Amino acid sequence: MRASSAASQDDRLAAVPGAPVLSAHGVSKHFGHVTALTGVSLAVAPGEVVALMGDNGAGKSTLVKILSGAMTPDRGELRIRGNKAHFTDPAEARAAGIETVYQDLSLADDLSAPANLFLGREHRRSGLLGKLGVLDAKRMQREAEEHLRSLGARVPDYRAAVRMFSGGQRQSVAISRASIWARELIIMDEPTAALGLVQTAQVARLIKRTRDRGIAVLLISHSVPFVFDVADRIVVLRLGQVAATLSPATATHDDIVAAITGAGGGAAASDGHLDGGSR
Amino acid sequence: MTTDLSVVESPPRPGEPAGPGRARRAAGALTGNWVFLALVVLVVFFSAKAGGTFFNVSNFRDIVFNASGTMLLAVGAAYLIIGGQLDLSIGSVLVFSEVLAAKVIVALSGSAAAGYPDGISAIVAGFAVCIGTGAAWGLLNGVLVTKLKIPSFIVTLGTLGMALGLAQVITHGADVTGLPTQMVNDIGLKQLLGLPVPVWIAVLIAVLAGAVLAKTSFGRYTYAVGSNSEAARRSGIKVTRHVIILFTIMGALAGLAGVLDIARYTTTAVSGHGSDNLVAIAAVIIGGASLYGGRGTIFGTAVGVLIPAVLNDGLVIINVQPFWQTVAIGAILIVAVALDNVRRGREMRGS
Repeated sequence: MRASSAASQDDRLAAVPGAPVLSAHGVSKHFGHVTALTGVSLAVAPGEVVALMGDNGAGKSTLVKILSGAMTPDRGELRIRGNKAHFTDPAEARAAGIETVYQDLSLADDLSAPANLFLGREHRRSGLLGKLGVLDAKRMQREAEEHLRSLGARVPDYRAAVRMFSGGQRQSVAISRASIWARELIIMDEPTAALGLVQTAQVARLIKRTRDRGIAVLLISHSVPFVFDVADRIVVLRLGQVAATLSPATATHDDIVAAITGAGGGAAASDGHLDGGSR
Repeated sequence: MTTDLSVVESPPRPGEPAGPGRARRAAGALTGNWVFLALVVLVVFFSAKAGGTFFNVSNFRDIVFNASGTMLLAVGAAYLIIGGQLDLSIGSVLVFSEVLAAKVIVALSGSAAAGYPDGISAIVAGFAVCIGTGAAWGLLNGVLVTKLKIPSFIVTLGTLGMALGLAQVITHGADVTGLPTQMVNDIGLKQLLGLPVPVWIAVLIAVLAGAVLAKTSFGRYTYAVGSNSEAARRSGIKVTRHVIILFTIMGALAGLAGVLDIARYTTTAVSGHGSDNLVAIAAVIIGGASLYGGRGTIFGTAVGVLIPAVLNDGLVIINVQPFWQTVAIGAILIVAVALDNVRRGREMRGS
């Protein structure tokens, strides 16, 4: 499954020891006269779950689009494992080991969970048949089931179209797909939007298991309880800047709200946002 | 089901009912095969009613011969519909291609009095021209749909008129005749192992298309593009290219159907293909495809092609006006889609 990482290990630039898997340095983005981001710096350590919070228009989506390669920054730079990276489209980010789970899922509803897991990266049969594009359906089915089971993703039927799944089950498939391919980091845009309590808990468990495999997670969320549950660190954006970096262990619900709204005159002190490993 | 992934049943998890997946699949297989059952019932009905007049090899050969042209069109239409597109222009593209091919063949094959000395090379050129012309129209459809982002319904409604109009301009409204006799004797009506050559070609194309759709990445991407084109794009599938290829295949198949059409009848049929598009689309939908894309099979499509063919043939044999065939097909189409909706509703509620 993740055997692909062994091959790509070689052509990756030597990782800087102790460097964050992904970091942004002084990233700015303007849309005409509108400033979306101003000098934002952020780092995600290996195996760390970072929650990105902020009010609507704080710049979360823009930042996530830049990190996932969907947008290029006007100023500033990205680094992967300490090496400078420049993404011009999401495919380049994916090649670098960064997968994105979009808010509107991105599953092909009429295909099965295994087919979705391997969509665009199918295993083919060996030899001539493979060259003709014949799929190795059995191998994909087997590997997909193993992967889904190992993550504890609840999928009611491995052969049914995912159209039949509940929102939580579909989200599980989407996250599982990202975790099969991600070597470094999974970016998730509001993974629990429109999910119920039980389903949210299911997604939280998936995120923790993904983290336990050494893959970092950066997620946008509006749900404070969810963030307290899964995140190792909370970064709050406000008006296109990092307003605070908080630890769920010490911060309170009110601290987060204060940082998001800007109330309380910076009660939530930013403790330096480039210290990816300081948790 | 759109995929044929191996038959490994997931063990029921605690707290999850064990049955629904299996039950849903069984229900799906049953209603999915409802159309196939309808075909069997029709054959049994006409056999009982007309006996050996209907139930004999020669009559079955006629049925598949008459269905072979539609089958070629329906294969292309199935790929397009599964890919979330629609092509209304196929009948006109067929006519335009066969008119051009017939002109080329007549011009190249030499005089009738001399027994069409260059008939064979003219026919080869005619095949190439016909398939190539059809593919060019398909390419045009695909480019207009993807690059100008005009819905395929509109684009192909436009090219339907353009292709037919141009065919009429070229022929001044009269059909092209005087095709070499080799065309009919060696291809159109030539029998091979008991079946006419056009039937073998249609079977070959259908089997190949079915295998590609079910077993290859091209087939998988066709389902993905029709299911959720944005998801396909994000997964790295070249969606625009894929849709253009689907339209081009459709056009090429219309061209192939066109050249086989003139090989059988030795004349073009400028006004004879006005409802080809609807017949092909109906066959695909009766065969279980969704007009919204993402679902459908070539096997189902073949059944959807054969039902009208059997009806048409059987009704003539039992002395019912064949016009009833049109009525019956309309009703079957509506019932097929209604059943499909019921099935979908049950699936959604089941989740």
